Amino acid sequence: MSGSTLGLRGGTAPPPSRNAAAAVDPQIDRIVRTPEFQQLVAERTRFGLILTILMLVVYFGFIGLIAFDKSLLAVKVGGGTASLGLFMGVFVILFAFALTGIYVARANTRFDTLSAALKRSVGR
Amino acid sequence: MNRLLLGLTLAAIVASGAYAAGPDLGAVTQSATNWPAIGMFLFFVLLTLGITYKAAKGTKSAADFYAAGGGISAGTNALAIAGDYMSAASFLGISGLVYTSGFDGLIYSTGFLVGWPIVLFLIAERLRNLGKFTFADVASFRLDQTSIRIISAVGTLVVVAFYLIAQMVGAGKLIQLLFGLPYLYAVIIVGILMIVYVAFGGMKATTWVQVIKACLLLGGATFMAGAVLFKYGFNPETLFAASVQVHPKGDAIMAPGGLVSNPVEAISLGVGLMFGTAGLPHILMRFFTVSDAQAARKSVFYATGLIGYFYILTFIIGFGGIALLMSDPSYFKLGAAGTFDKLKDMIGGTNMVAVNLANAVGGPYFLGFISAVAFATILAVVAGLTLAGASAISHDLYAQVIARGRTTEKHEVNLSKLSAVVIGLVAIYLGYVFENQNVAFMVGLAFAVAASCNFPVLAMSILWRGTTTWGALAGGLVGLISAVAMVVLSKAVWVVTFGNAAPIFPYDNPALFSMPLAFATIWVVSLMDRSRRGQRERAAFEAQFVRSETGIGASGAHAH
Repeated sequence: MSGSTLGLRGGTAPPPSRNAAAAVDPQIDRIVRTPEFQQLVAERTRFGLILTILMLVVYFGFIGLIAFDKSLLAVKVGGGTASLGLFMGVFVILFAFALTGIYVARANTRFDTLSAALKRSVGR
Repeated sequence: MNRLLLGLTLAAIVASGAYAAGPDLGAVTQSATNWPAIGMFLFFVLLTLGITYKAAKGTKSAADFYAAGGGISAGTNALAIAGDYMSAASFLGISGLVYTSGFDGLIYSTGFLVGWPIVLFLIAERLRNLGKFTFADVASFRLDQTSIRIISAVGTLVVVAFYLIAQMVGAGKLIQLLFGLPYLYAVIIVGILMIVYVAFGGMKATTWVQVIKACLLLGGATFMAGAVLFKYGFNPETLFAASVQVHPKGDAIMAPGGLVSNPVEAISLGVGLMFGTAGLPHILMRFFTVSDAQAARKSVFYATGLIGYFYILTFIIGFGGIALLMSDPSYFKLGAAGTFDKLKDMIGGTNMVAVNLANAVGGPYFLGFISAVAFATILAVVAGLTLAGASAISHDLYAQVIARGRTTEKHEVNLSKLSAVVIGLVAIYLGYVFENQNVAFMVGLAFAVAASCNFPVLAMSILWRGTTTWGALAGGLVGLISAVAMVVLSKAVWVVTFGNAAPIFPYDNPALFSMPLAFATIWVVSLMDRSRRGQRERAAFEAQFVRSETGIGASGAHAH
């Protein structure tokens, strides 16, 4: 927590324009038209969408099996006591964590690079 | 300090005496004052009050109060998110559910976790780029300040109210059981402490209370699960085999049981848990405490890991409860012939599985520790809720709607502190009123409202260009009202509380219906909106889009 940064954030928001987007910045049009911006948005939207769908499929697949095929989840794994359902449940938890890891790894490298390139090209 | 240590030691001696008194004192042990627990809890309170004092001295601006100055690191924020999210209900409730039903406990564990990836992929970074203090900042970025602030603040306050009532009643009962304090005292202590943390220390104190609680809870649960696994040679298979042997349901505990019998119910529960997480105001607020989008995304990643790890621990703890407690009569209320029902007669109820297991694996000191951790857990969650509620009142309702932006920062923060005091007092009162009411459905209702009002308004205003104020307002209202109405007409309220013969709405969980209804309303009403304002709002999307995707122009501690 560096003291110098606090002031920036602590400044009162300018009350006259109560809508943050009201002030139309001529820069905006320029940024939207840069290939860097379009690529960043396209790639990140698609990536986020794919991962979201994966999570939905895995989780609701698990819930669907619980609802419709309880006997499959009761199957024993490797002749022991632990059931297939138990492995699946733990898998859902690990899968959720892995997905967030994959997203962060991709964002830290690819998306941040694109973002930095964009900021350079619009001169900010 | 010496006096405190002496007190702790004395307390421990007294309490171990009480425990040695034996099993037939079951009913008395419940209400006997548990001194080691109280001693350790007092230590936690003193520590957090010290932190609050320090935080209060460093809290000057509105940014300090609402967002801890935006200077929280990703790792600290992850711990605080975990601390905000891992409630006593999930610690004691899920381990209790695993104890009675085995596998079924996993259904809740997974549901509570899978919302986090969604938060990361759709919300976290954009929220940080667009907002300042509350999620209403983001939802109203290009829409009408008055309407959108009102619907967001109402959504926030409804979620906070239901969540808070459930926590207060749970706290009162739990503390009655663990510490032997009367219900009302417990509720008042919780209420006053949360007022002090929030009103004096703001987000800084709240964050550190959550971080300490998360470390204590994760540490305690790790030790407990480790001790259980140690007894079974660190082989889960041996633990499961031992559990199946002593559990009255036998091998059935390894498979899905009766918790999910209706597919629609199951999916509706899943929708509520998953998308509710992405609409909880106290969780969303945490993303404004970090410096930028990178830190926001990292904190979700770490938090998902911590929360997932915690749920795996509760699963092991539940099975440890089965294997180690079920054949030991000293943890049960015994019937006339010394018999007991393994599922129904546990001292303090099956929610006490984790607490009793603490005694079994670590003795009375560790039992005291876990009891204190459970109390601390409740405090951290209610503090986060109170801050979210107070911010909605001062930053959204007062500063933007009532004063229409013409107020000073100091005035706004003072009002927020006052709101925290009022929320705390109201919470104490509600905790008192609801003592003997069924509150189990309230956390579910809070998640359903978060998924059906807050999440659709937020997601549509960020992600869809076509969203207009009329659309968001109508959709938010429809989601809020339908979620509440469906719960009121469901079995939990209509039959159990109001005493009617049959429920009007057939499912316990409304989110599968109320959330799509909210999204559809936002979509249709926005499409039909031909107003000039609507056109301006669609045109303003571009500027919002650039900022949400790139962070250019974002308010924050980071200076480019």
